[in-house]
Amino acid sequence: MASTIRVRATANGDTTEVQALIQHPMDSGFVKNAKGDLIPAHFIQQVTFECNGKSVFVADWGTAVSKDPYVKFSFKGGNKGDDLKIGWVDNKGQSDTTTAKIA
Amino acid sequence: MTLNDNQFSPTRRLVLKGVGVVALAGLGILRFGAMPAFAAANDKWPEEAFKQKNEVDAIKALYGKTAEASDKVKLDAPEIAENGAVVPVSVTTTLTDVTSISFLVADNPNALAASYIIPAGTMPSVANRIKMAKTSNVTAIVEAGGKLYSATKEVKVTVGGCGG
Amino acid sequence: MRTATQTVFAALALVTLALSGATVKAADSVDPAAEAKAFQKYFTTKFPKLKLEDFVNGPYSLNEDMHRQWVEKEEFPPYEFSLDAGKEMFTKPFKNGKTYADCFPDKGIGIRQNYPYFDEKEGKVITLELALNRCREANGEAPFSYVKDDMASLTAYMAFTSRGKPFDIKIPSDPRALAAFENGKEYFYTRRGQLNFSCASCHVQNPGERIRAEILAPALGILNAMPIYRSEWGGMGTISRRFTSCNSQTRGVPLEPQSDDYRDLEYYLSYVSNGLPISGPGARP
Repeated sequence: MASTIRVRATANGDTTEVQALIQHPMDSGFVKNAKGDLIPAHFIQQVTFECNGKSVFVADWGTAVSKDPYVKFSFKGGNKGDDLKIGWVDNKGQSDTTTAKIA
Repeated sequence: MTLNDNQFSPTRRLVLKGVGVVALAGLGILRFGAMPAFAAANDKWPEEAFKQKNEVDAIKALYGKTAEASDKVKLDAPEIAENGAVVPVSVTTTLTDVTSISFLVADNPNALAASYIIPAGTMPSVANRIKMAKTSNVTAIVEAGGKLYSATKEVKVTVGGCGG
Repeated sequence: MRTATQTVFAALALVTLALSGATVKAADSVDPAAEAKAFQKYFTTKFPKLKLEDFVNGPYSLNEDMHRQWVEKEEFPPYEFSLDAGKEMFTKPFKNGKTYADCFPDKGIGIRQNYPYFDEKEGKVITLELALNRCREANGEAPFSYVKDDMASLTAYMAFTSRGKPFDIKIPSDPRALAAFENGKEYFYTRRGQLNFSCASCHVQNPGERIRAEILAPALGILNAMPIYRSEWGGMGTISRRFTSCNSQTRGVPLEPQSDDYRDLEYYLSYVSNGLPISGPGARP
């Protein structure tokens, strides 16, 4: 099955721009379903980004981050062809990782 | 006797955490290694900060200090959110030595929306998409050189973002 | 006292007058090409700063604040997952080994702009959603709901393969095809429901204005971005879903998806947007 993590990592000179889109319901726990029952909170808590074994970004998320969450940031020290490793873990203990090459 | 966190005020809780963490860890109530260093400084998910209802408490729990408004923090958010469920918000800053960036929505059920650790070598600039329950101030916090700086903007929401 | 039909035809006459500036046309001299030209001219005159292709982005072309939010989201759109799911579904063979490609011209790639078309054997309008389900049933598969995710993902992929291609709807000189076009137009201009709105009330008379909190899209190009990922739905939805929910929202009675009136409506709306590019799958508030 395809990864839940879509990445676009592009190097421009010495700066790499990273955009990630992750498939996840990010249920807040405030919403009721059609029957009137609360849908329990189910959301990504932390996303880690590593390049060449070094942490380049950590995202700590709460329930107010939108469904199918998106984040964009940039860092120095990455080169075209380097591996960017991304992993997330949610409040139910589920997780996913992916590795993308910087383009 | 179980320690019920909710009975304590934030300041007392922080002090007690410092004193009681070893004992509590031994009792298995606190995860071993859950040191009372401020959440933003380490890699643990800042559970307490996300539980806070209002901005001031969330910032305190996250950073242990207060922020001053700064025009060096540039917050980009819409005037009127197309839909409160997906509000694109971004921040960038000319401040140096940035170690953390956070986004808060004052009138959400819990003010803290997201917090980011900016290691050395990473640009102090983040774009994300957040939920807003209703018209509210959105605040971006930048931790730079050990101090906190902020920028705030009101975003109008006509369709609440928390569902339904 | 006027009957409903008389009111409808009076409304149609008024609209035709407004659009073409000519005398009222008799029902047996339908000229779809002239109608489309007049329809497009009405909107380009109303929004002189817009290029013709801008109309396919609906409200985003009419409001700067919304445009910026849309551009930000289009950079990495929320509908990526639905699109990928659609591609997977499209390429996966049915239980009998055949695929969607076997049902469609050009293997189903880059053909979305030709739908709906008028099937002269059957004497009816065939939409893409209808054709897809017929393909499924012909190959022993259960049809998809017209208003749920599967059909939305599938049509998203097919629209994607046609991105940029102009709508190319054909009306053969068959009186039944002309009647379907006219029926679609009549549905579009007829008031209905508790709020007594017609589609035109919002999308012809008030594009760019607000209805409560939403900015109304112009009718020109309104189907070019379909299917759409609506922030309101938190997901992808089909043309059928939009038609039925539009009826409900104006407190009218929604028809069955792919009922004759909806198919004719899609035929009319697509035809009058001929020449405008397919931009689907799209995003909307």
